[in-house]
Amino acid sequence: MHMQIPPPSQRRQMQCDVLIVGGGTAGTMAALTAAQHGADVLLLDKAHVRHSGALAMGMDGVNNAVVPGKATPEDYVADITLANDGIVNQRTIYQTATRGFAMVQRLEGYGVKFEKDEHGEYAVRKVHRSGSYVLPMPEGKDVKKVLYRTLRARDVRSKVTIENRVMPVRVLTRGGRAVGAVGLDTRSGELVTISAGAVILAAGACGRLGLPASGYLYGTYENPTNAGDGYAMAYHAGAELSGIECFQINPLIKDYNGPACAYVANPFGGYQVNAEGNRFVDCDYWSGQMMAEVKRELDSARGPIYLKLRHLPDATISEIEGILHTTERPTRGTFHAGRGTDYRTGDVEMHISEIGLCSGHSASGVWVDEHAATTVPGLYAAGDMACVPHNYMIGAFVYGDIAGEHATAFAASTDRPSLPEDQVAAAHELIYRPLSNPDGPPQQQVEYKLRRFVNDYLQPPKSERYLSLGVEAFERMRGDIAQMGAHTPHELMRCAEVTFIRDCAEMAAKASLRRTESRWGLYHQRDDWPARDDGDWFCHLNLHKSDGGQNGDGQMAFRTRPVAPYIVPVPGFVRPDGVPDESAPVLAAAGTGWSGR
Amino acid sequence: MAQATTRVDVPVTIDEETCIDGCTLCVDMCPLDSLAINPDSGKAYMHVDECWYCGPCAARCPVDAVTVNIPYLLR
Repeated sequence: MHMQIPPPSQRRQMQCDVLIVGGGTAGTMAALTAAQHGADVLLLDKAHVRHSGALAMGMDGVNNAVVPGKATPEDYVADITLANDGIVNQRTIYQTATRGFAMVQRLEGYGVKFEKDEHGEYAVRKVHRSGSYVLPMPEGKDVKKVLYRTLRARDVRSKVTIENRVMPVRVLTRGGRAVGAVGLDTRSGELVTISAGAVILAAGACGRLGLPASGYLYGTYENPTNAGDGYAMAYHAGAELSGIECFQINPLIKDYNGPACAYVANPFGGYQVNAEGNRFVDCDYWSGQMMAEVKRELDSARGPIYLKLRHLPDATISEIEGILHTTERPTRGTFHAGRGTDYRTGDVEMHISEIGLCSGHSASGVWVDEHAATTVPGLYAAGDMACVPHNYMIGAFVYGDIAGEHATAFAASTDRPSLPEDQVAAAHELIYRPLSNPDGPPQQQVEYKLRRFVNDYLQPPKSERYLSLGVEAFERMRGDIAQMGAHTPHELMRCAEVTFIRDCAEMAAKASLRRTESRWGLYHQRDDWPARDDGDWFCHLNLHKSDGGQNGDGQMAFRTRPVAPYIVPVPGFVRPDGVPDESAPVLAAAGTGWSGR
Repeated sequence: MAQATTRVDVPVTIDEETCIDGCTLCVDMCPLDSLAINPDSGKAYMHVDECWYCGPCAARCPVDAVTVNIPYLLR
């Protein structure tokens, strides 16, 4: 089917109180909470909400549940502060710490199952440096099914409209405030505009940034539909993004690119070894420090590295397989069968992933406060794309909940201005331009080239020369992208995603250039600035579009933000700037299990 | 630009014998929207080589007609 370019006036127009972009972990929870608070909700997903987002096929376990009697919120906040070399807004992490348990209970109420011991207690396990927050989900394959069923229950259904296969490309702003979005129906090719009182971006990580070693565009660690859409949309709307130089890099099963060790196998007694059969990491918790240790081992004569399970009893291995082979992506067994590998008889080769942006695992995301608000009024962010370090699944649920509540309150207090037609026209050009170049290079080739440059110039260790070449390459790719050709709505979706990936690559290169020190282990290892510089760089590095957004032609600008006073003491860590701690807030809505401090 | 025809080993295969005519469950569920119905046969097929080998297509198929293979480059 070769489609024609529809005029900007010929479009599907929708309205709502709260618009949610992305129906994954954070987005579904945001929709449920916003509906509970009385909002008229529109939930958009480029896939189908039943199987979308990072949990498309389920989740193997909870990485960060602070369960009363097992750990304290203070332990958790201190652990995450340490894992981020002190550069965190503790108030944001404290929300995940104090609201996570109520969220586990809320999810149980919906029908999600978590592992309990013979006494009916949550079977949390220890992976972090000090606290125990890891809670297996033996039936984690059903998590999205349960959420979708909850969204489609009669009382919720009347408040939440779901539009599958619609992909926004820009958040629309008026007077610097978010007033809606514009996007593409990826099946019909129709232009879609939405007028909203508030917008929640919950569009996931930028998982399609680096090119996997396999060369397969979609063989990424993250769900490849998560192409950095939310990062690009927030940026063009004028929002600040933070810690973009703190990349996501993970230790994975080589080629399969799925998770291997720390959270699933480690609590059962599995671990990573080098080729000599020795353990080489100090702590299995996924941090930049741990990734630096993995990279050092891989690059040494002791490489490669392996996941070792064969010392475990057969029943334990079967239990691990039961989780790894049925949740997240249930094709891992197929992969091992194809390679002739078996956890019982051999160690499984591991490697490190391509780079990505994801605050669920590291700290790169849209800057939000403890109410999920971005720096653009009316615009909220939650989940992997929101900068709440190491926030993982529970943090995505907690911040979806917070965003749903606060966006509903914001929407109730505002008018609904007409949409900015100049911004709609610019988005129309972005979406349909590839149809004017039917003979232009196809998305697959343009994207492969773009992401190969990401690998060539951005993969740590970083240096000014390579990063600068990256900046040049990504600038040059604007020309390739302008020439890219497409013929179908599906191809238009993929072409728009390439623009998101390019935007994220430029942000990643420029933020990495700006921070002239090394920090967070491998995540920001600068070979030309090998030392940590607490004097100049114990601060957040935030970027934004210099004209204040409005989807105009502004340049990328940077500012630093001081690390807010800690509200939880961090044993063994001395703040280099000497700023004294404050006491933690009493979080009235923090839910059950914790008395306020 | 010349339109080259290149054969590709696609990861998801569908058994046309068992695939139900008129059913679109796998097409509806694929996160990457990589499956479609062949208008000639009424059966599902992979129309683009875009796959996260995540498996909703196979899990949701009521007659086990869908097989998710690991993409060739990773296999």
